[in-house]
Amino acid sequence: MSRTFLGLPRTLRRPDDVAAGPDEPFGAVPHPQAPLRWGDAFPEAARQTLKNGQLRRNLGHATQVIRAKRAAVVSEVPDWEALRDAGSALKERVMAELPELLAELEENVTARGGVVHWARDAAEANRIVAEIAKAKGADEVVKVKSMATQEIGLNEHLAAEGVAAIETDLAELIVQLADDMPSHILVPAIHRNRTEIRDIFLARMGDAPPDLSDVPRELAMAARAHLRRKFLSAKVAVSGANFGVASTGTLAVVESEGNGRMCLTLPETLVTVMGIEKLVPSFEDLEVFLQLLPRSSTGERMNPYTSLWTGVTPGDGPSEFHLILLDNGRTDVLADTVGRAALHCIRCSACLNVCPVYERVGGHAYGSVYPGPIGAILTPQLTASTGGVSGHHDVNAALPYASTLCGACYDVCPVKIDIPSILVDLRAREVDADRSRRGVDPWAAAMKAASWVMSDGGRFGLAGRVATLGHALGGRDGVIRVAPPPASAWTRSRDLPAPPSQTFRQWWAKEHGRPADEGDDE
Amino acid sequence: MSDARTEVLSRVRAALGRPGAGTTPAGLIGAAPRDVIVPREYRGAGEHPAGSPEVREQLVDRLVDYKAHVQQVAEADLPAAVATLLSSLSEEGQVTVVVPHGLDKAWLAGMGDGVEVREDSPAAPLPASELDAADAVLTAARVACSETGTIVLDGEPDQGRRAISLVPDVHVCVVRAEQVVQTVPEAVRRLGAYPERPQTWISGPSATSDIELDRVEGVHGPRTLHVLLVPPS
Repeated sequence: MSRTFLGLPRTLRRPDDVAAGPDEPFGAVPHPQAPLRWGDAFPEAARQTLKNGQLRRNLGHATQVIRAKRAAVVSEVPDWEALRDAGSALKERVMAELPELLAELEENVTARGGVVHWARDAAEANRIVAEIAKAKGADEVVKVKSMATQEIGLNEHLAAEGVAAIETDLAELIVQLADDMPSHILVPAIHRNRTEIRDIFLARMGDAPPDLSDVPRELAMAARAHLRRKFLSAKVAVSGANFGVASTGTLAVVESEGNGRMCLTLPETLVTVMGIEKLVPSFEDLEVFLQLLPRSSTGERMNPYTSLWTGVTPGDGPSEFHLILLDNGRTDVLADTVGRAALHCIRCSACLNVCPVYERVGGHAYGSVYPGPIGAILTPQLTASTGGVSGHHDVNAALPYASTLCGACYDVCPVKIDIPSILVDLRAREVDADRSRRGVDPWAAAMKAASWVMSDGGRFGLAGRVATLGHALGGRDGVIRVAPPPASAWTRSRDLPAPPSQTFRQWWAKEHGRPADEGDDE
Repeated sequence: MSDARTEVLSRVRAALGRPGAGTTPAGLIGAAPRDVIVPREYRGAGEHPAGSPEVREQLVDRLVDYKAHVQQVAEADLPAAVATLLSSLSEEGQVTVVVPHGLDKAWLAGMGDGVEVREDSPAAPLPASELDAADAVLTAARVACSETGTIVLDGEPDQGRRAISLVPDVHVCVVRAEQVVQTVPEAVRRLGAYPERPQTWISGPSATSDIELDRVEGVHGPRTLHVLLVPPS
């Protein structure tokens, strides 16, 4: 059993930093080279985002709204806990039988006229998409919102290949127009309020009505008008997938606006990028996840639109369908007995919405397209092969500290991922890796010193009297905000209650006229 | 170097501790997971049978909650109700409605001169631009789920290609009482008979919560959804 240090590690810099230029009015975060590792390390990034009062107000409002909606629709389901149990076990089964289920999915998609590709990493997946788009002569593809394509940086790769990727989900469109990065799994523009969105549309959309107001309905109508022609003329669409049914080869996309349906239905060619963990064993298993997902994510009984398709249906929808099965670090996550549960995630984002840390620092502070509690366990593990879990100099190893371990994320997770336990496990590994690198272990040294002090009554009493000197460091409210080293390591990220002006022993001696360790003879 | 398929599957086996599989990219070999039994203690069906007054009432309630329009219309009155609804879509009285080729033609029997009916089929599909110019689409449905207010189309001839119920701005959907089940598992069981059919699950008009997580109805999909619910005859 390893000891776990619960404080934040030292600030590190991420390797691919690109500073935001002063000429960038909207995008505080320009597109990074590595979608799973960008910006400052969490402690420093959080320090920066915490200064943004507007961001905190926007996030506070949005997460409060969604928490209430989720709670209301979850409370009306009498068998919610039974559904969570089933969802959790189903995902565990998927992981245990993944080789067989992947082969089954591939066989069924192929039998129904689809083409299955495999991608070891982001570069391979990007290359496959670009080749398909170019083979179709498309210089433009329409996109359904997809975390997998965010994770591999598909849009940037396609742009480099001369293919424009057009995001059609409203929030993704806002992020794309602002040249920003997503800050939430479900609502990538959650850090923007309606007025900021209006300003982005007016400045960047091109065809936004000049008298556009900041009423959400008007903003949605502007997006509808803007994208209509693109939908009707697009030749190639790119999507992710929420679920892939192994036993039938059926894929599912869950959405609200109809942009998903447009992309999945109208273009001649559809390319779907799906992480290998997104499987469910059989069609009937959808009855579990299609109950868990909408109530947990948008707080609706059911999302407006869910599309299911199996290969190619002659005369209805795309005549060519490609499925790309993506690893990109997932097998490293799967290899971890504790951490593999992170792959059960169905990307509902409920854990973000309840997280007290996420609500205050926002998604960009996590430096990954997967922010919040799930991101804090997923991002380091997905980047394990490049040091994400235990790399002393890897900023992603700091992410498991981006939590108070309050457990709210576990309570709301529809597939019962024990995020706090995985966070603690990842912290332990970061500490262990650190220990083996450094000659002197300050934690062990401190423990040894404490043991020497506490093993002798005289030494302990003296130490207590010395500690009361710290009382002077406290403010009028009895809180120390900046302590001298080595206690500064603690107060860098949190307050410390000031020690009392006298120790318990001193108080006892004063009250009873004799030292506490002489006992009571009566 | 092996091909991507072989390598990914080999990594997965290594991650699960299967013998002779090498390692994952991070050099890991995982432990074999335990056997899993999936508990199915959740409700496989609701308390009310399909088509019962209770599930119909619940379906109406949930549809209205998500800003869909609902009328309960007896079978015999359907042609008149369809005609009234469609002609009300335009003040000038000129309306174009798309219908799938397998739609029950009796539903169109009450249509007046102002309504132009355009038939669509996989063999003779209307181009997207014509769908965009149409005022409405009229379809049947496969199944409805009352607890979630969901209607599912599965692309059969009375429901048509997915595009026709998507591009026109108004979707008029006829749902029969016996198609209405209470719970999602009941709906999935019915749909699981033909899982390969392209399915569209529809719960109200298109909507978004992307601006401050406030729900706004009407985005890219039909901005108006009319449901004509036909009680048992």
